[in-house]
Amino acid sequence: MTAINVATESPALQNEQMRPGQTSPRLALPTVLFLVATIAVPIAITFVYSFLSTADIGTGVKWDFTLSAYRHLFVQDKLDGTTAFDTRYVKVIWNSFVYSAITTVVTLILSLPIAMWIATRAESARNFLVAAVTLPFWISILIRTYGLRQLIDDNGPVGGVFHRLGLDYHIIYTPTATVIGLIYVFLPFMILPIYASAERFDFSLAEAGYDLGAKRMTVFRKIVLPSIRPGIISGIALVFIPALGSFLQSDMLGGGKANMIANVIANQFGQSRNWPFGCALSVLLIGLTVLFVQIIRGISARSGDQVNLV
Amino acid sequence: MTSSYLAISNIKKSFNTPEGGTVHALDDVTLDIQSGEFFVMLGPSGCGKTTLLRSIAGLEYPDSGVITLDGQRIDDIPAYNRPVNTVFQSYALFPHMTVAQNIAFGLEMEKLDKAEITSRVGLALEQVKLAGYEKRKSSQLSGGQAQRVALARALAKKPKVLLLDEPLSALDLKLRRGMQIELKRLQQETGITFVFVTHDQEEAMSMGDRIAVFNSGKVVQLDTPREIYRRPVNSFVADFIGETNLLDGVAGTDGITLPGGGMLLRSQVAEDCAIPDSGAITVAIRPEDFEITDTHGAITGTVRDSIFTGDTVRIHVTVTPEVEVAVSLPSYGARIPDRGEKVSLSPSGNSARTVAS
Repeated sequence: MTAINVATESPALQNEQMRPGQTSPRLALPTVLFLVATIAVPIAITFVYSFLSTADIGTGVKWDFTLSAYRHLFVQDKLDGTTAFDTRYVKVIWNSFVYSAITTVVTLILSLPIAMWIATRAESARNFLVAAVTLPFWISILIRTYGLRQLIDDNGPVGGVFHRLGLDYHIIYTPTATVIGLIYVFLPFMILPIYASAERFDFSLAEAGYDLGAKRMTVFRKIVLPSIRPGIISGIALVFIPALGSFLQSDMLGGGKANMIANVIANQFGQSRNWPFGCALSVLLIGLTVLFVQIIRGISARSGDQVNLV
Repeated sequence: MTSSYLAISNIKKSFNTPEGGTVHALDDVTLDIQSGEFFVMLGPSGCGKTTLLRSIAGLEYPDSGVITLDGQRIDDIPAYNRPVNTVFQSYALFPHMTVAQNIAFGLEMEKLDKAEITSRVGLALEQVKLAGYEKRKSSQLSGGQAQRVALARALAKKPKVLLLDEPLSALDLKLRRGMQIELKRLQQETGITFVFVTHDQEEAMSMGDRIAVFNSGKVVQLDTPREIYRRPVNSFVADFIGETNLLDGVAGTDGITLPGGGMLLRSQVAEDCAIPDSGAITVAIRPEDFEITDTHGAITGTVRDSIFTGDTVRIHVTVTPEVEVAVSLPSYGARIPDRGEKVSLSPSGNSARTVAS
């Protein structure tokens, strides 16, 4: 009875099938079209191009179906007509994986204490400290990376200290510099989700653990850590996956010696003029990303945590 | 006099307020708690009772003073080594563990062997009547069940003293009454000393063997519930425990002149209360101690309203524009005065008391 009355009193609600607060799908349409044009279409183009041939002259592709771009990942055609297993790209992928893994581990180790410390401050101090963590986002990543380059340069202030101590110092344009750059850029992405979990942590649980006979480290390991695990998993996802595809740090700090996948991809569209191979590498990177997202999803589902990934 | 089991001597603890002031949460508190006692610490919020409980647990460190348990000094021992356990107000069950894992946690910390842990977890769950709930997650428990698990987790450790921090405050009235009886039974069965913090005076009265009433960081009275109710040491205790009419009187040679001009005779005041020959004095009379008298009573006034509550009728009598007294009369037998009626009231026997303000 009541439902019928409501419907007759407000025909608009009946026609549109809308609840208060709900908006028309038509309003979302421009955004949906924009996202399709900027995400779905380029991915589709990338996928299709990876199966095409290199243009005979200049840039672009030739519409001849071939798997040679994927073959090129692992196999090298020598000038004398023989073929050999090509370790270069496998090594680049492995390097990208290792740099990202080191970045993830180091940012995690650095983030846990600071996130816990911020979470246990008074509310006003917490807001200030979180703002301080997000402060780097206000400055362009390019400028920050230039700044870091000046800092760790052989003739920079850090080098000066080493020099005065009579120690050898050379970091710039090495993988170490790349990893330092990655750690620097991705640290806030690890701190913030861990902090968000730690802030919700009920510290009376830690007190209960202490009261029941657990020492400080045991309380942290058995009570605090499982409670902030969703934040840790989010942080790992937010650091590892973008780090895998990062370009700027290896380009500017690693000396552009093409030591991460993204640099090799960029080369294919520049100097090397091999679009299909660049696309094949991109497809591989997307595939690796999806794989790691799924692995992290699986871990979080198995542990029964609520982790918001994508 | 039995020797004290848990002895708290001269504990002081102060906090800095955000405004820059200092609050004495515990202002030189000394208490002796007996073995096997159900000891209640009662007081309004912010009176220091919880700070003292946390100091006994080792979750708070007093600025000065000594706490000894069974002859051993414990205030310098970290919480994880103290033979006391706490039931937290929020229960503080570990959300990522099952009921059994929660209870086993404290036993695993003692490095007991598996069989021993399993049997003690089972026993603890039986004690709180939750046998069969081992595999439940703490999120799948009702408030009352979570409360019992928190209790079982602490009891499984076989503490020398069990500390309970307002454990029943989150439960609804009916459940709370049931848990009060159960806690009392558990305490008697296990023989463990319970130290129970509450702000609910009714809860304190119904459970405590002895009650320490706290106010502003001090113990203002320490006695049995009956004594505290009958002989409050000051107007704070008289007002906080049960309900009391506090009347400002003036002492004279015959007795005390009360608001409205009535005279409270010396014979109507309890013998243990001293009355000076002159000066201002506060008189405390419980609502249920009033009788309606035909002749000139100690207090006369007009009935403002009368409320039937079942076994009693409560009436409020306006004595002067500023003074009103609450009276509780049995709802059967005596005639209940109507609203607007003028009544004359006197304390029955010598039930009036004088109290320090």
